[in-house]
Amino acid sequence: MSIGLLIFVFVLAIFLGVELISKVPSQLHTPLMSGTNAISGITIVGALTATGSGADLLGTILGTAALVFATINVVGGYLVTNRMLAMFKRRGEEKK
Amino acid sequence: MTDYSQTLIDLGYIVASILFIMGIKMLGRPERARRGNLVSALGMLIAIVAVLFECCLDFTWVIGGLVIGSAIGLIAARTVQMTSMPQMVALLNGFGGIASFLVGWENYHSQPDNTLFVRVAVILAVLIGGVAFSGSLIAYGKLAGKISGRPILISGHRMVSIAILAAMLIFGALLVYFEPNPWLYAVFILFMGLTLALGVFGVIPIGGADMPVVIALLNSYSGLAACAAGFIILNNVLIVAGSLVGASGLILTGIMCKAMNRSLGNVLFSGFQAVAGKTEAATVQGEPKPITPEDAYYILEAARSVVIVPGYGMAVAQAQHAVRELGEILENNGAEVRYAIHPVAGRMPGHMNVLLAEANVVYEQLAEMDDVNPIMETVDVCIVIGANDVVNPAAREIESSPIYGMPIINADKARTVMILKRSMAPGFAGVDNPLFVNENSRMLFGDAKETVQQLVAEFKES
Repeated sequence: MSIGLLIFVFVLAIFLGVELISKVPSQLHTPLMSGTNAISGITIVGALTATGSGADLLGTILGTAALVFATINVVGGYLVTNRMLAMFKRRGEEKK
Repeated sequence: MTDYSQTLIDLGYIVASILFIMGIKMLGRPERARRGNLVSALGMLIAIVAVLFECCLDFTWVIGGLVIGSAIGLIAARTVQMTSMPQMVALLNGFGGIASFLVGWENYHSQPDNTLFVRVAVILAVLIGGVAFSGSLIAYGKLAGKISGRPILISGHRMVSIAILAAMLIFGALLVYFEPNPWLYAVFILFMGLTLALGVFGVIPIGGADMPVVIALLNSYSGLAACAAGFIILNNVLIVAGSLVGASGLILTGIMCKAMNRSLGNVLFSGFQAVAGKTEAATVQGEPKPITPEDAYYILEAARSVVIVPGYGMAVAQAQHAVRELGEILENNGAEVRYAIHPVAGRMPGHMNVLLAEANVVYEQLAEMDDVNPIMETVDVCIVIGANDVVNPAAREIESSPIYGMPIINADKARTVMILKRSMAPGFAGVDNPLFVNENSRMLFGDAKETVQQLVAEFKES
């Protein structure tokens, strides 16, 4: 894939991100933050590539360490966000 | 691998990117937020499955890493207390940062024949990921109370920081310009150490009350680090997801700064000024008027509309359940009860909302600052629980005040203001609060949780 195309995608995605969430109610600031934090765990794709292609033992260990941290970020991030969002209740909804 | 299967994998990445975009969009709307999170999780799953088809010759380490990481993430997410959420978010964010950092290191280690472009990406992934990691760890320490929440400065802090930056600039240029060799590997390791030091030095002088800004900013960094990792492995899905997170983190950072009427630079570097000399604060004239829970009961009993303003003090005292109970009693007593939440109340964006939601306060009762200020004059009683700077009228009236210009909740405009507070100590900004000595203000000294429980007891006895 050409470098120019990657940069093109990057710039467009930044603009898209800004447009997507320019107005978020403060109610959702924490879930938005922890939910996007889970998305930043996408680096797990990089970690998997690194682990699978490790040239020597140190390379494999570095890749695996990256994989463990990224997986904690992804799994923990989504679950914690889900837990938080499950707490937000409207009037009349069943309470625990 | 045939072209056909590569196309399928790429399609998987495209679907994942779309799901991330939809997920983030839905996360910004209360009624769809939970589904949005699931949509984005599905995107992540698809991206992981797609890369498994192209990444790996040997699955031993891959499966081991996935299983260990999932187990730790699962246990941590299940067991964490809601009150510990700020430090949990900081920690998870740090893990994302270190993962990108390690991806960069692995690449530099294993691929010595990289192009100049990829070397730039490696340096950026290590730099941003390293700062996100060590900065998040310091933020975690401050939020968990493991290190002091006050700004910490070592002697010559600014000089050391500048020296680190200068060294990193030189090392970074060397690493980008020259092809990797054993001698440069040593420089690379030094560079990695410096990125970690930079995160520590950057966050440690920032005070606890500014943490909402710092967490939002570090969140943005971990996204940008993932983005840099995407440039290393030349994968669009990392670039899209990473830059979406980077942009959303920056926007949240901006919202937090605006809510304090400060620039990002001021938040990041004001710790330096705190030591250089405190700005003069207008001294407040007048005496606070303490009352007992019994007096407070008579005032609240007659109130028809009540606004509760929570702050970090409520989180510290873990008073949210008691507060919700008081709110319900007041409602049953015929009062309209609302919670007014300042955007920077607490230690992370939306901190108060999470705590009150945990205590089963319904969403409709949570009001934003801009919604509640116009009706404040019609409110019978405003109860301020462990909040200080966010209700300080000096921000509105006293031009010489350090917090002048910060948008506040106009608690002082309510007919009666009841302030639950441990003592007369000033808030984080170190500014006296004229609200406490206002004609219509009444002070309820003591632990917020105990005081609220006493109020509840007064209602139950009658």
